[in-house]
Amino acid sequence: MGRLLLIVTALLFLAVFLLLPLLAVFAQALAKGFGAYYLAISAPMAWAAVRLTLLVAAIAVPLNLVFGVAAAWAIAKFNFRGKSALITLIDLPFAVSPVIAGMIFILVFGTHGWFGGYLRAHHIRVVFAVPGIVLATIFVTFPFIARELIPVMQTQGKDDEETALSLGATGWQTFWRVTLPNIRWGLLYGVLLCNARAMGEFGAVSVVSGHIRGVTNTMPLHVEILYNEYNYTAAFAVASLLALLALLTLAGKSILEWRQPELRHAARVPRDRTRRANT
Amino acid sequence: MATTASVALKGRKTPGVLPGFGLTLGYTMVYLSLLVLIPLSAVFIRSLSGGWGHFWEVVTAPRVLASLRLSFGASLIAALINVLFGLIVSWVLVRYTFPFKRFIDAMVDLPFALPTAVAGIALTALYAPNGWLGAWLKPLGINVAFTPVGIVVALTFIGLPFVVRTLQPVLEELDKEVEQAAASLGASPLQAFCRVIFPALWPALLTGFALAFARAIGEYGSVIFIAGNMPMKSEIAPLLIVSKLEQYDYAGATAIAVVMLVLSFALMFGINALQNWASSRHGER
Repeated sequence: MGRLLLIVTALLFLAVFLLLPLLAVFAQALAKGFGAYYLAISAPMAWAAVRLTLLVAAIAVPLNLVFGVAAAWAIAKFNFRGKSALITLIDLPFAVSPVIAGMIFILVFGTHGWFGGYLRAHHIRVVFAVPGIVLATIFVTFPFIARELIPVMQTQGKDDEETALSLGATGWQTFWRVTLPNIRWGLLYGVLLCNARAMGEFGAVSVVSGHIRGVTNTMPLHVEILYNEYNYTAAFAVASLLALLALLTLAGKSILEWRQPELRHAARVPRDRTRRANT
Repeated sequence: MATTASVALKGRKTPGVLPGFGLTLGYTMVYLSLLVLIPLSAVFIRSLSGGWGHFWEVVTAPRVLASLRLSFGASLIAALINVLFGLIVSWVLVRYTFPFKRFIDAMVDLPFALPTAVAGIALTALYAPNGWLGAWLKPLGINVAFTPVGIVVALTFIGLPFVVRTLQPVLEELDKEVEQAAASLGASPLQAFCRVIFPALWPALLTGFALAFARAIGEYGSVIFIAGNMPMKSEIAPLLIVSKLEQYDYAGATAIAVVMLVLSFALMFGINALQNWASSRHGER
């Protein structure tokens, strides 16, 4: 009896807080039929937003990928002073409000910012342009890949690499042929989560974008503009594409967790695992 | 030059020494400094550009205090709701079997994956007076959309996975036999929960609470659509930062940001200390 009550409570809570909002997106998007839906997602401005979102993710995710691998290599394979402080600093962007994440780049590159005069003199636009959107996206997705890879590399140790080196492989050969195959699932997992956040980021990008239609409008910003114009069908149509991306991300995540069960809880409690792997 | 480098590398190829430490740590430090630390320092430097007096004046203005109170208050309530329901959800997911369990388990991460703006407009559509849920609540005299209640709803959505995902691994490790032993010794289910299960769970509960709380304080995208954004009533602190930025009031925007950052960093260090303490306690057993 108690069991049934608990299951019903949990499912009702999840239905109201998770399932209904998701269904509402698709219901609103299709409220005026498939024709209106198709018109909304094939509008040139919608396509410009899709292209910009893809471009930003295509720059931000690989940069954070290289950083994540480098940071995980240094942290997981070596011992040095200040290691736990470094891990905390890498996590820092998670503790920063997205709005503040966007604002810092206005303070540095904006008209009245540190490099504002220099940039204006050389006709380089960072803020209210694509470079600013990329910088803000890199900032908010900064820790994703590193924090997935650090525990993965720590549990694998460095025996495989040392064996390869002792057999005469160079450092790069060891990395490409030994380390990378070992961490590929963790890497893919981190990329998946990083990409979802990069494509969906709203607050940080909103502050630095300037909302120029067709130029600095990513998909989430385009949703906001359409919504504020009371063009609900179009807003929810673009939103439904982002919701599909979220569902694909969850599906990919589940498949990876099914292949590599130890990935499952790495993301949320990294310090715990880090410590246990160290001791 | 290349030969000396490779000779040096070969010389270091003794067991136990991997290459690449200088390169990877150096790259990590440079990337971290350029993209996170230096830009972030700009907030602290700029907030004091008008002097301490101005900083204090901005931070203690009634509208700013009201927004901070709302942000922290609504986040606290949302985190507490998540602790209660997160505990039930994770318990049900770990202990019981029912249809579509794997699917439901995967869905818990939806708030991580769904862009916040999408969550914001979806929740607003649900709770608006003519929405699926709003139409039911309106005759009862409950208004959710465009009130502080709506803010709590959005922040509950955002924080849900933190509590569930922090509790799940701890519940999975928790031995069922301990409860059965307690039951066989005559403890009621409630007694078993209070005396046996809760003591093992509370560090994870507190961590989940703190993570959900910290995330909610800074949240922007999912809140602004449902909040109504009335100054002094339903205006959250991140929104006030944005409106000050739009008026080029950088000293004002950075002052609020500093208050939020200091509190968020304090929370983060608290979470880290708690997890280190909990895992060392875990290791001792």
